[in-house]
Amino acid sequence: MRNQFSERIFFNAKKNKNIYIVAADISPAGSMEIFRKKYPNRFINVGVAEQSMIGVCAGLAMRKKRAFAYTIATFALYRPFEMIRDDICYQNLPVTIVGMGAGTIYSNLGGTHMTQEDISIAKSMPNMSVIAPADPIELNFAVDYCSNISKGPVYLRIGKSGEKNFSNHSREKWKFGKIRKIINGKNICFISYGPIIKKVFECRDLLKKEKIYPSIYNCHTLKPLDKIRLNTIFDEYKKIVILEDHSEINGLAQDVKSYAFESKYKGKILSFSLKDKFYHTFEKQDHMLDLHGISVKKIVNKILM
Amino acid sequence: MEYRLGYKKQVCKKIMTNYNKKLSLERCKKYRKRILEISKNVSALHFGGSFSCTEIMEVIYNYFLKSKIEKDCFILSKGHSSIIQYVILEEKGILKKKQLDMYCKKGGFLGVHPDRGNPGINASTGSLGHGLGMVAGEAIAERSSKNVIYSVLSDGELQEGSTWEAAILIGAMKIKNIVIVIDNNNLQSLEETSKSHPNLYPIKKKFQNFGWSSVDCNGHNSEEIYKKIKYRDKSKPLALIAKTIKGYPVSYMMNEPIWHYRSPDKKDYIKAMKEIEEK
Repeated sequence: MRNQFSERIFFNAKKNKNIYIVAADISPAGSMEIFRKKYPNRFINVGVAEQSMIGVCAGLAMRKKRAFAYTIATFALYRPFEMIRDDICYQNLPVTIVGMGAGTIYSNLGGTHMTQEDISIAKSMPNMSVIAPADPIELNFAVDYCSNISKGPVYLRIGKSGEKNFSNHSREKWKFGKIRKIINGKNICFISYGPIIKKVFECRDLLKKEKIYPSIYNCHTLKPLDKIRLNTIFDEYKKIVILEDHSEINGLAQDVKSYAFESKYKGKILSFSLKDKFYHTFEKQDHMLDLHGISVKKIVNKILM
Repeated sequence: MEYRLGYKKQVCKKIMTNYNKKLSLERCKKYRKRILEISKNVSALHFGGSFSCTEIMEVIYNYFLKSKIEKDCFILSKGHSSIIQYVILEEKGILKKKQLDMYCKKGGFLGVHPDRGNPGINASTGSLGHGLGMVAGEAIAERSSKNVIYSVLSDGELQEGSTWEAAILIGAMKIKNIVIVIDNNNLQSLEETSKSHPNLYPIKKKFQNFGWSSVDCNGHNSEEIYKKIKYRDKSKPLALIAKTIKGYPVSYMMNEPIWHYRSPDKKDYIKAMKEIEEK
């Protein structure tokens, strides 16, 4: 995804001369190096200094530039939190904070490199939108939106590398703020976002053997939440399964459940989110997710129960 | 930028370009008196820090921020001194008297810290250590236009790591179109800056080591401030270290931490007015 981000931003920067990248000492991936060579005045490496990364982005946006702050998610959002809140959100500036390798992706680097609370934190700030594309194709649409359309701050939560495309199954177009149906099924539906959607497809393959054909929805925009589409989902399905690579606190599952309560939804909601807990291990992402109770087997078993 | 109150329609008064000592002194008196006048109606007023940077603000606004575009090139990083900025903006016709009379009152929109979107206010500050990063971003965006970005920082703000992140970056990127003035009044909320952080001094050496041009000056001498900015080394960003006194020139306010925030009673008010006039 980071390569795709670099390519797309480079592509957009050719047309839009106002696009700036402000990176905090992140190793060059894909076209980022080309961007840097081609547009040296529009690529700023602030070094390991995330607070000034956000300050510089705010200053650029005050002068009508479209700035992208780019580094690993934990450093992009947590370290300069107050700068994001005051300089970007309070002043409502069109800055995109790109959090790369979000969720448990960097699990083998340990807890200091993971972001299990990023969406919760980003969502809490007024004016901030939150987008988490599922795959490289969706990332293109999200980057286009942030490059040319967004009017305020966006937290763009992306994966790292090797993500496959899933959203090409969808007949619906990507649109900011809209839940998108990827696969059509009946009775049961999955709602997910981000690269963990891969596990949803694996679950579906196993469920097919049991003659269960769930729909798959992708909620790429976490804020604002598409309540209109949720209404139709509540009408259509008896069981909703939510899978996310994010804390159970203030993630998608909690949002959907609270809206379901308001809407008096009669069906059942199963959710698989990260526990409110730190695990001091340095294992692969799948192992880390398993510790949090997320694996294809566990999800399928719970659905079949 | 969209302003909440038809700023575009208002015309700024013509400003002199050459230094005029008499006018500068008069203006500083006027600004301080106006602040005192406003203080009669509100309690939340940062006197000490506003009086210490009155001359600095007077010089920047009257000699360097001439056009409307230039007025947008200023960030008050020490946002708690916003009252001095409002008083100047009022004098320039950017803020109206009735707007400033509503300072910190129900229905008004001006308060203790500057808020972006209000007439003449470029950035929302108040939390210390945010200004210089934004200054860097604005200056990068304005590199081709050669507009200079001005900012006033407090010395307490130099304890914020974020200030130095931006200072290193500005020096490393050789961003020349930046002028910052540090209001070195040596008094923070709790104690003297030189007492709590003695190794911060000499401040100018720190900036010089990071690739800035940095000089000291008397922060209550408008002429000196003007000259140091006007005849600066234009191949580097400038950090002017202005030695000031908190609460200057009111005798009972000077170097008294309590006047960081307090408003005077009637007796204090009369005394302060007298002392400002006599200065």
